[in-house]
Amino acid sequence: MDKKIKMRTEGVNFFYGRTQALKNVDILIHANQVTALIGPSGCGKSTFIRLFNRMNELVSDTSLSGNIYLDDLEINSSQIDPVDIRKRVGMVFQKPNPFPKSIFDNISYGLRVNGVKDANFIEERVEASLKKAAIWDEVKNRLNDSALKLSGGQQQRLCIARCLAVDTEVILFDEPCASLDPISTAKIEELILELKKDYTIVIVTHNMQQAARVSDYTGFFLLGELIEFGKTQDIFTAPQDKRTEAYITGRFG
Amino acid sequence: MKEKLYKLIFMVLAFASLLFLLGIVFILFKESLPIFSKVNIGKFIFGRFWYPTYSPPEFGILPLILASAWVTLGAILVCVPLGVGSALYLNELAGPKQRAILKPLVELLASVPSVVFGFFGMVIVTPFLQKVFNLPTGLTALNASLVLGVMATPTVCSIAEDALNYVPKSFREASFALGADRWQTLTQVVIPAAGSGISTAIILGMSRAIGETMTVLMVAGGAAVIPHTFLEPVRPMTAAIAAEMGEAPVGSSHYHALFAIALILFLVTFIFNIIAEIVSRRFRIKLGLSG
Amino acid sequence: MKRKYIQNLGFGGLFLCMFATLFFLGLIIFFVGARGAKVISWEFLTQIPRCSMTQGGVAPAIVGTLYITLGAILFSLPLGVACAIYLCEYSPKGFMVNIIRISINNLAGVPSVVFGLFGLAVFVKFFGFGVSILSGSLTLGILALPLIISSTQEALLAVPQSIREASLSLGATKWETIKRIVLPAALPGILTGVILSIGRVAGETAPILFTAAAFYMRGYPKSVFSEVMALPYHIYALMTEGVHPDRQMAIAYGCSFILLFLVLSISGIAIIIRQKQRIQHG
Repeated sequence: MDKKIKMRTEGVNFFYGRTQALKNVDILIHANQVTALIGPSGCGKSTFIRLFNRMNELVSDTSLSGNIYLDDLEINSSQIDPVDIRKRVGMVFQKPNPFPKSIFDNISYGLRVNGVKDANFIEERVEASLKKAAIWDEVKNRLNDSALKLSGGQQQRLCIARCLAVDTEVILFDEPCASLDPISTAKIEELILELKKDYTIVIVTHNMQQAARVSDYTGFFLLGELIEFGKTQDIFTAPQDKRTEAYITGRFG
Repeated sequence: MKEKLYKLIFMVLAFASLLFLLGIVFILFKESLPIFSKVNIGKFIFGRFWYPTYSPPEFGILPLILASAWVTLGAILVCVPLGVGSALYLNELAGPKQRAILKPLVELLASVPSVVFGFFGMVIVTPFLQKVFNLPTGLTALNASLVLGVMATPTVCSIAEDALNYVPKSFREASFALGADRWQTLTQVVIPAAGSGISTAIILGMSRAIGETMTVLMVAGGAAVIPHTFLEPVRPMTAAIAAEMGEAPVGSSHYHALFAIALILFLVTFIFNIIAEIVSRRFRIKLGLSG
Repeated sequence: MKRKYIQNLGFGGLFLCMFATLFFLGLIIFFVGARGAKVISWEFLTQIPRCSMTQGGVAPAIVGTLYITLGAILFSLPLGVACAIYLCEYSPKGFMVNIIRISINNLAGVPSVVFGLFGLAVFVKFFGFGVSILSGSLTLGILALPLIISSTQEALLAVPQSIREASLSLGATKWETIKRIVLPAALPGILTGVILSIGRVAGETAPILFTAAAFYMRGYPKSVFSEVMALPYHIYALMTEGVHPDRQMAIAYGCSFILLFLVLSISGIAIIIRQKQRIQHG
C-alpha cells in the first residue's frame, strides 16, 4: 500500500458568517487512492471538499482557520494565488456544468486559459482527455457540436475530461452522480476506479453503497465534525464510533 | 495584479451612474440658485404670475405647478384603471397563448415615442375635443391628461402585472378551497396581497406623467395661467422648460428660473421614486421575497 | 346567481380595460400609418427639404437620428456593461453597491427634459461642444445608461453560477471567466437590451432640444460638432414652427410614420427575442 500523502488538513475550522460549518477537521488524503466523504446532508462535507481548491472564497462572508497542504505547500497562504491551486486540483460538480460551447472548446478551455497556444498540442490533449474519460468514442465525430446536446451522463464525463486536460493532480468529485441515472452512475464509478492510477481522488457522496464500491478510504462527517476516518473496509465493517455505525446501518440520514 | 486592475476599472466605471446623478443634482442647484437671490423662494413657488420676459419680469410658478398637478391627476384617472385593469386581465383571465401576444403589444405601446403621442394628440384628439365640448381650442389640460394617461398605461400595467405574478398560487387556492369564486378571490385576496406592488406601479406611473415633456408641450395648450377647469389650455412645468429654454439667454434670470423649475421637478420625481422603492421593498418583504 | 352576475360584470370590465389599452395603440398606428404612408416616397426618404419645409424629403433628419442614436449607444454601452459586470460579478454586497443601485434606479426616473438641461449646462456650455451631435449623443447616452445596465444585469444573472465555478475550478482567473464564459453566454440578452435602448433613444426629443437639434440644415452634418436634424425634433418643429402649417402637417405625418416604423420594428424585434430567451431559460 502506497503511504504517500497527497493532501492533508490540520485543525480546519470554517464559518459562514457566525455559523460554524466545520469543526477542527484533520484528514489525510492518500495519493492515488479514492477517499470518500460521507454523511447526512448539511454535515459540511461539500463545504469541506471545496476547501481543497479554495472554491469557498467565492462565497462572501466566510472565514477559515487551520492549515491545508497540497504535498508540502500550505495552500491558504496569502502569497499563493488560488488560480495556481485550481490548476493542480480539479473539480467535478454535482450537476454537470458544461460551458455553452462546443465539445472541443469545453475540453480545450482549461489549456487556453493557462496560456497554451500550440494547436497540435491542444488537439492531442483533447483527444487524450476524452479517451481517458471514456467518452471519446461517443463524441469523436461531433467535436464541434454544442456540449449541451449531450445526455446528462455524457455531460458529466465531459466535465471529467475537461478536468483531465489541465495538468491536474487531484480530482475532487462533489456528488458527481446526484443527478444521474444508474447506468450513467455505473460508468462514472468505473471511470473513477480507472483514474486513480494517475490521480488522487476525493469524492463526496450521500450514497453509502457508492462510497463502499469506489473508495479506499472513507471519512464520516456529522454536524461539521469528522467523526471517523479510516480504510473503507474498516469503516463499513467495524466502525469505531456509534454514530458512524448508526449512519451506516441506515438509522438516520 | 492584473486581476485587481480589472476589478478597479470596473468599479470606477460602475460609479458613473452615481457621478451622473450627482452631476445632475449639482448642475440643477448651481444654475438655479441665482434666481433665489432675486425672488424669494416662497414667492417663486406660490407666485401666481409667470411673466418671465416682461420688464420687470415676474417669476411665480404656481400656474405651472398647478398645471402639472392637474394634468398628472387627469392622467392618473386614465392610466390607473386602464393599466391596473389590463394587468388584472393579463394575470387572471388571459390564457398563456393570449398573454404571449398581449404582453408584447403592451410593451410595444410603451415604446411609442412621446413626440408621436404628442403629434397624435394634436392632429386627432384636439379636433375631436374641440367638437365634442365646443371649445375655442382643443389644446387643453384634458387633452394632455388623456394622451399622457394612455402613455403611462403600459408602465403601470407592466409593474402591476409583475406584482400580481409575485402573489403565491397558494393564496388563490386557499380562497377557492373556501368556496370563493374567481372574482371574490381576485378582489379580496389577490388585489390586497399585491396592493403595495400595485401602489408602486401607480406611483411610478405618476412620476412618469409628471416628467413627461413632449406630449404636454404639444397638446396642453401652453397658457401659463392658473387653470380652473380641465377644458382650458395650461402650461405644465416640463412644457415651460422645453418651450422657453431656447429663448432664454444663458445666465439670465429667466434661464436660472427655468433651471429652478427643473430642480423642483427633479426633486418631486426623486421623492416619488424613493417612495416607490420603499413601498416595493416592503411588498417584497411582506410576500417573503428577498429585499 | 347574483355572485355570478357580479363576476361577469367585473371580468367584462377588465376585458374592456385591456381592450382600450390596445385600442389606442391600434388607433395611433392606424392614423399615422394610413396618412403617413401616403407621404412616403423614394424622394421623401432620400432628399433634403426644400421650399421652407413644404417639399422635398427628410433625409437629413433620418441620418441625424441615426448618428445621434449611434453615438449615444457607443457611449452608454461600454459604461453600462462595465457597471453591470461590477455589480453582478465583482461586488460583494455593501454600502457603496447599494448607493450605486439606488442611483441607477433614480437616474432611470429623471424626467427627460432634465437630462436636456444637464446636457445644455455641461456638454454644450461647460465643455464647449456647442449644440452638436456630440452633446446630444452624450446626453442621450446618460439617459440610456440605466436601461443598458438593468438589461445587462438581467442577462448576467441568467448565466448559471455553476459554469462560473467550472471555469474557476479549471484555473481560470475571474476576468478570464467573465471574458470567455460569462459574457459570451450573456451576449444575446445584452444585445436585446441594447436594441431596446436604441428604440428608446431614437424617439427621445426633449434631451436633444437644446443639445443637438436644428430645425433646418442645408445638408448633412460634417462632423460630431455639427448641429443636426433629427426625426423626433423635426415632427415637433413642423407642428409648432414654420410658416405653412397645413403643408407642413403632411410632412409631419411622413416623419411620424418613419419614426414610428423604426421604433416599433426595433422594439418589436427586441421584445420577441427577449420573450424567446425567457422561455428558453424557463
